[in-house]
Amino acid sequence: MRLDELPRGRPGHIAGVDWSSLRPNEARRLRELGFDEGVAIEKLHNAPFGADPIACQVGRMIVAIRRVHAAAVTVDLTSGTSTAS
Amino acid sequence: MTTIPMVALVGNPNAGKSALFNALTGARQKVGNYPGVTVERKSGRLALDDGRPVELVDLPGTYSLDPQSPDESVTRNVIIGRQEGERIPTALVIVIDASNLDNHLRFALELIALGRPVVIALNMIDMAERDGLTIDPERLSRELGVPVIPTVAVRKRGLAPLIEALSAIVGGSANAGRLDEAAAEESIPDLIALQRRARSIARIATVDEKAVRRWSRMIDSVALHPVFGIVLLLALLFVMFQAVFAWAEAPMGWIEAAQGWLIDLVNGALPDGFLRSLIADGIIAGVGSVVVFLPQILILFFFILLLEASGYMVRAAFLMDRLMAGIGLSGRAFIPLLSSFACAIPGIMATRTIDDPKDRLTTILIAPLMTCSARLPVYAVIIAAFIPARDVGPGIGLQGLVMFVLYLTGVAGAMLAALIFRRTIAKGVSSGFMMELPKYQMPNLRDVAIGLWQRAYVFLRRAGTIIMAVTVVLWLLTSYPQAPEGSGLKQSEYSIAGRIASGLEVIVRPIGFNHEMALAVIPAMAAREVAVAALQTVYAIDAGDDEEAGASALSTRLQSRWTLPMALSFLMWFVFAPQCLSTIAVIRRETNGWKWPLFALGYLFALAYLAAGATFWLATALGL
Repeated sequence: MRLDELPRGRPGHIAGVDWSSLRPNEARRLRELGFDEGVAIEKLHNAPFGADPIACQVGRMIVAIRRVHAAAVTVDLTSGTSTAS
Repeated sequence: MTTIPMVALVGNPNAGKSALFNALTGARQKVGNYPGVTVERKSGRLALDDGRPVELVDLPGTYSLDPQSPDESVTRNVIIGRQEGERIPTALVIVIDASNLDNHLRFALELIALGRPVVIALNMIDMAERDGLTIDPERLSRELGVPVIPTVAVRKRGLAPLIEALSAIVGGSANAGRLDEAAAEESIPDLIALQRRARSIARIATVDEKAVRRWSRMIDSVALHPVFGIVLLLALLFVMFQAVFAWAEAPMGWIEAAQGWLIDLVNGALPDGFLRSLIADGIIAGVGSVVVFLPQILILFFFILLLEASGYMVRAAFLMDRLMAGIGLSGRAFIPLLSSFACAIPGIMATRTIDDPKDRLTTILIAPLMTCSARLPVYAVIIAAFIPARDVGPGIGLQGLVMFVLYLTGVAGAMLAALIFRRTIAKGVSSGFMMELPKYQMPNLRDVAIGLWQRAYVFLRRAGTIIMAVTVVLWLLTSYPQAPEGSGLKQSEYSIAGRIASGLEVIVRPIGFNHEMALAVIPAMAAREVAVAALQTVYAIDAGDDEEAGASALSTRLQSRWTLPMALSFLMWFVFAPQCLSTIAVIRRETNGWKWPLFALGYLFALAYLAAGATFWLATALGL
């Protein structure tokens, strides 16, 4: 499931990031903010006005990104109990 | 030249670096600028264990050594010894957030790989405990191979051991060699590999983790709520602007009183003549008219610093990002633009937080279109004289409505300008909005106080230099040459400024301006509200002996000399015109050259001329 389609409050893990769909500086910033395969992720908030950008828990950080960038991130939903971080 | 060792404080944004800097150096700080860039250089003195002094430099927070914004390239260049006007640091203090090891360790690893002497401040250890994390600093130190000292900067905990560790690694100056280019290039590492190593080290160093309630997430469920979040933001803004106007009233009165007292003092001490007039009318009155805004600027910055330090500021940017994206900007531009409603100067200074240079430039260029508080006196006087005080609806007064429309016109103009700039001079894809939402924190009042002091210092230093020079020139222009006594010539027309106004009148007559209006917009370049004083003076002189009446009934005089279309045109001019010159000076400083301030002058004058003209012609055509 793509991160921009992920419902709120459903924890998962990042299955992959399509780095090539992002510009180099965007890809770098996403990496710096901790986006990587296997990292725990959960969508927490939609911004007002068109539900864009979104705020996600990524590892130990809360990160805000726009939907257009979130679309590059694929998420595997964690089944059963959630493991924080 | 002092050659005491320099130690740099580095780390991710939100690691508590500035708090640690304040705790270590106290108020012994110097704020300057790096040459050639608009990045603040903050430095302070620190005594090591054995009494040796070192200079501690607080570098801008950054996520890696690969530079993206001006802040980040300064950090990188200082660390590798390639920053102009800065020596290479003898040692680094790496500040990491103990509650966010996964991310902060990555940058730490990158820095350690440079091979410089380092000590790690494992900061906000109390926050980690609050989050249910138990971290073993010794295990972390073993894994990283460098000393690790737990600290809580805001509570001044762990400072002594940190200084002790620092004393041990700051040896002679032998190790302060410059890194060669090759080593620096090599230092751009594979982010992903470092990140994974950071995560595994974080796992090893974290000995226990309990699930606890996360306060930040609970606050966010309200603060970032699509409805309540907006309500909260609006409420905060309302309080902030109320305060800017209400709290500033008394101190502004004191400054004006002090100014009057100084003028009386000068008038009493000096004989009538050039010097007395220069000091009293030129310097004290001129500089005073700008310094009087200090209380408003400080109150505004007090709120901005509180919102920054608490972690709310980024949330406000998050809430407003979509709206700002509509005009090609990001949520980051929201706060600087909002601040510009009080005064464009702190607003433009606040654009430093925008990493994308084109976003930042656009924000700087449109900031003067936000109606600042200095325009209020002008609006108030003209509206009171020309707009009848009647209601156009239940509880809606016509005068208030006109005032509101003027504010709105400025905002609309800014949006339009931003749209055009993002497609022309600041072309480029928007950098988007990718930001860390830091944990909420109780702001430390001492840090806020230090921040306020720095703002006040920067503002007063400018008032003492550029603004003083401008006001003296303006005073000279309006005072000389003096009209011969008994010639019947008016000083307001005989002086250089009067003659310039006569020349200017040719240009501004098509948009409905008369000679007095042309004259008023000249000193308004120093500070907008001076326009009111200038009109008052001109009409007072016209009134001759009847000076008292002339001063007290400005609005009657305006009514007798101006038509409604002229008044509306004058208001429109003030919505758009690039005043005051201090704003232009700040744009020069923040964009580091004359190109953009001159561009801003040009486009704003053009806009003001067209808008005032269109208003005048339309109003005349409608027979108002």
